[in-house]
Amino acid sequence: MYLNLQEKKQKLPDMNKYITAYYMDEEDLMKGLRQMKAKGLKVSDVLTPFPVHGIDKVLEIPRSRLTRVGFIAGAVGAAVAFGFQAWVFTIDYPLNFGGKPFFSVPSFIPVTFELTVLFAAFAMVIALLITNKLSPGTKPLIHDERCTDDRFLVLVKVDDDSSDESISQIKLTLAEAGAEGILLKA
Amino acid sequence: MENQTFILTKKLSTITFVMIAIGLLTLGASYFAGVGLDRIAANLLLNTYYFLAIGLIGLFIVAVHTIAESGWHTSIQRIGEAMSTFIPVAGLLLFLLFVSGGLHLIYDWTHKDHLDEILLKKVAYLNEPFFYIRFLVYFIIWISLAYFIRKNSKQLDQIGDLKYFRKLRIFSAIFVVTLALTSVTSAWDWLMSIDAHWFSTLYGWYVFSSMLASGTAVLIIILFMLKQMGYMDHVNHEHIHDLGKYLFGFSIFWAYLWFSQYMLIWYANIPEETIYFYERHKHFSTIFYVNLILNFLVPFLGLMTRNSKRGSLILLPVALIVFIGHWLDLYQLIMPGAVGGEKAGIGLPEIGITIGYAGLFLFVVFRSLTKAPLVPKNHPFFKESFEYHTQY
Repeated sequence: MYLNLQEKKQKLPDMNKYITAYYMDEEDLMKGLRQMKAKGLKVSDVLTPFPVHGIDKVLEIPRSRLTRVGFIAGAVGAAVAFGFQAWVFTIDYPLNFGGKPFFSVPSFIPVTFELTVLFAAFAMVIALLITNKLSPGTKPLIHDERCTDDRFLVLVKVDDDSSDESISQIKLTLAEAGAEGILLKA
Repeated sequence: MENQTFILTKKLSTITFVMIAIGLLTLGASYFAGVGLDRIAANLLLNTYYFLAIGLIGLFIVAVHTIAESGWHTSIQRIGEAMSTFIPVAGLLLFLLFVSGGLHLIYDWTHKDHLDEILLKKVAYLNEPFFYIRFLVYFIIWISLAYFIRKNSKQLDQIGDLKYFRKLRIFSAIFVVTLALTSVTSAWDWLMSIDAHWFSTLYGWYVFSSMLASGTAVLIIILFMLKQMGYMDHVNHEHIHDLGKYLFGFSIFWAYLWFSQYMLIWYANIPEETIYFYERHKHFSTIFYVNLILNFLVPFLGLMTRNSKRGSLILLPVALIVFIGHWLDLYQLIMPGAVGGEKAGIGLPEIGITIGYAGLFLFVVFRSLTKAPLVPKNHPFFKESFEYHTQY
């Protein structure tokens, strides 16, 4: 079920002890999550086989900041492309193309557009990989083998020093909310 | 679910009548004050075409979403349908304008005795009988499809049989395909043939992208007007967000086509092609640059963030700016050729006649909004439209 968890311990210190439970249906999951929220249970994460609408609101996940990365990188890309072309074609190596002026804005626009898109796209992909701690060669952390297939997995983080009583309380809340296969993993 | 049927109040219809009266008064005044007849005719063409395009896009948006079976659009479907009822009115006005002598005032190619070598080669397409035949074909297609789409949509609501939805889909598909062709050729006929010596293969799509942006902007403006009056409570941030994305995307699409056309002509530097931009740059240089700022920079920077697209605070002003911007875009397509740089200008005739047309457009749209419930209860995607969430 869970592979290499001992190795993962050092890499993911915030996830070293947690309870997993799963649902088989999207509707039940949403209903259960709302129940847990009403009872004050803090769900750390939910792993689903496909995007579930409205789940961000229930889990209170803040909006992604990836768009800001995209904007800043795009602006940098536009400035770099335009500035470089302006420098090359006026100061560094002025060439006469079809009798046009050296500093002719329309001919700079296509390259500026392309580099804007390129910078924004690369920056966003790289930022996504960094924030999600993904890179080539990363060993996958598998909580449940079927959460990419047909199971909707709920993760609840448990503190290292929390008592058995509070753990069983969490388990009870999960069971009451209709979750199946409740397991404590350490 | 109150306020299901739109009521055209006395106050509202009075406002539209006052706007129409302003338009008629400025039309009469500019005729007697000696404003050139060509300038008046060009103004009438500009506004008729502009509001016709907006009506067509209203129907186009309904048709596209019907084929795509999109759920969210059901909540605002009635506005698009109401906008389409302006098509017959615009057709009548355009016909009257052409028949009453506007054709000869605006288009040089109609003066058969003075055709030069280039125009003689184009006579097979640019001649009056064929021009009127095409005119009839366009409007027969547009008006009949608008009629059938609206009729089936109403019946779908009253009777609730899915049969009407299937019919609606067929008519929508026909409309989308025919509009793709007729919007291009009608742009050649009514706009590009003003500068009959010049041509651009991108022109039709350029005009169509301009239509898309202005039509979406007007749809947003009418939606906020209705919300202000206490209707359309079922339209929430999610639906407005999607309309904002449309305005954002179509504005970028317009800028893309604008630049594609401009750069090729600028780069090739062939005299018979550059004359088009030379004329616009020489006499209309302010509009030339303002056009780009209003129609690209304002929506691009203004609607970039998510929150700006989800409420009226930024979206409504941007929609109004785009509406004015595409009027100016059409102005610089028509005026340099039809009137010429020395005589053209933006003064009382332009503003007054535009107000008149806006009043007429609003009156027609509001009147047809009263004829069907604003909330299409029996539409198969009605429930889905309420459940709608959009993430980004």
